[in-house]
Amino acid sequence: MSTPSDAPLVRARGLTKRFGDFTAVDAIDFDVQPGEAFGFLGPNGAGKTSTMRMIGCISPVTAGSLVVLGMDPARQGSLIRGRLGVVPQQDTLDMELTVLENLLIYGRYFDLSYAEARRRAGELLEFVQLADRAADEVEPLSGGMKRRLTIARGLINEPDLMLLDEPTTGLDPQARHLVWERLYRLKKQGVTLILTTHYMDEAEQLCDRLVVMDKARIVAAGSPRSLVEQYSSREVLELRFADGSAPDLSGKLDGFVERSEQLPDRLLLYGPDGEATMEAIHGLGIRPLSQLVRRSSLEDVFLRLTGRTLVE
Amino acid sequence: MNVAVAARPVLRVVEHHVLVYRRTWRGTIFSTFFSPILFLAAMGIGLGTFIDDANPEGIAGVSYLAFLAPGLLVAQAMQTAAFESTYPVMAGIRWLKTYVAMILSPLGTRHVAIGQLIWVGLRVTLGAVVFVVVMAVFGAIDPLRGVLLLPVAALTGVAFAAPIQAFAAAQKNDAPFASLFRFVIMPMFIFSGTFFPISQLPELLQLVAVLTPLWHAVALSRGIALDVLDPALAVVNVSYLTALAAAGLVASFRTFGRKLAE
Repeated sequence: MSTPSDAPLVRARGLTKRFGDFTAVDAIDFDVQPGEAFGFLGPNGAGKTSTMRMIGCISPVTAGSLVVLGMDPARQGSLIRGRLGVVPQQDTLDMELTVLENLLIYGRYFDLSYAEARRRAGELLEFVQLADRAADEVEPLSGGMKRRLTIARGLINEPDLMLLDEPTTGLDPQARHLVWERLYRLKKQGVTLILTTHYMDEAEQLCDRLVVMDKARIVAAGSPRSLVEQYSSREVLELRFADGSAPDLSGKLDGFVERSEQLPDRLLLYGPDGEATMEAIHGLGIRPLSQLVRRSSLEDVFLRLTGRTLVE
Repeated sequence: MNVAVAARPVLRVVEHHVLVYRRTWRGTIFSTFFSPILFLAAMGIGLGTFIDDANPEGIAGVSYLAFLAPGLLVAQAMQTAAFESTYPVMAGIRWLKTYVAMILSPLGTRHVAIGQLIWVGLRVTLGAVVFVVVMAVFGAIDPLRGVLLLPVAALTGVAFAAPIQAFAAAQKNDAPFASLFRFVIMPMFIFSGTFFPISQLPELLQLVAVLTPLWHAVALSRGIALDVLDPALAVVNVSYLTALAAAGLVASFRTFGRKLAE
């Protein structure tokens, strides 16, 4: 709130994290602007969590520079953390306390008075739709409820910047949508979000801008739409054939297909017009088991950039 | 820096422990309240009657109950401290990860370590208050003199808690705790002068006993309780226990920091 509106909330240059010989984050650069939802997309082990822990001033930077909210994490970690809202990968809720008590004590960590913590906790429980569970123990709550409580906990200090590490991993589809919807509201309220995910749809739903990470490095950056435009085609034709009978199409679909990708279970054909490509294939007398035309997604971007799918 | 401001984050950590204890204290009633009563009754009065009958002059000039009680007080402090500094620390760092949640806030790993230590000191003191009341009821000590034993129990608790929490934070699982209790805490409990003067031990073991922190705690506690305090020895006892607490706290800064914020 006290940061000038044009300065980035997070600025990383050559940011590096090493654990002994292992390089978890390898000299990455990025800026996060106020009010945006910024994503780190990548498979497990890509370095997303290590990056988040450095931004969250939990894990010291090995090399490079990092400025968070205009401050230096190495010297002003506590001050910075006072203005962050963190939703870690694991909920870390206190199972020995009630839902409400979890929020109250967390407010105390941020030096709120009990009266203020109670006021905010009441509002936040409404916001995450847990008001009727305030006096309950945490343990029996569902995964989605625990996640929402952790999000409420991260908001108790009215943070300038929210860090969410895989906010919906492990949740069922319904619970995921509820979390997304709440995060979307936060975004509308102007809260800056940084999130990591290995779900394409999550990144496409929530992120204004994202970086794709793979093997400790950033391999692409941009808005979901610009990444798709830059690294994929407009449409994708997915074909399935009976085992091992995928026909050799090389050279036969020029003008329809810009690029193809053979996966274990299907063949992906990238081009401007999937329907036209399908007709051309039928024209060649080829009959796949199944066919699907869809819009290109971040999944395709990731496949293009790394040659691998995101979630095995 | 203003001390009150610097202490605030530590107090928040203590507050967390108090809040949790408000929910869990019932589960500690036996270990905190009944177990010392049973021990004092069985050993001090039951076994004590036999011993006193056999030694009309008493041990160190007093009844076995009066001899035993101040030793048992600090031995109890040691056990409470050891327990509260092992499993709860493992839970905070690895199982429930409540300490992990703390350091996502302005609190730092040192605040967590100091807060944990202070909390154990308070827990031990609470147990000691109960114990001293029971001692007074059994006639094992004058109530006013008993109050003087509370800081001894607290110091004993912190002296054990600090190095044990440093050790606990460094462990991957709770398996080493069983060894700690079996091979360190239990032998100390039995052979550090709580139940009988160490002069009863072979000379070599006497030497070992004198080196254990519990022996120093027992010497201090018994010296005050029986009003036979040797000031020079008391200085050694207090210094030994304080040094242990300080060294343990510094070590726990390292282990808490490494496990929570690497």
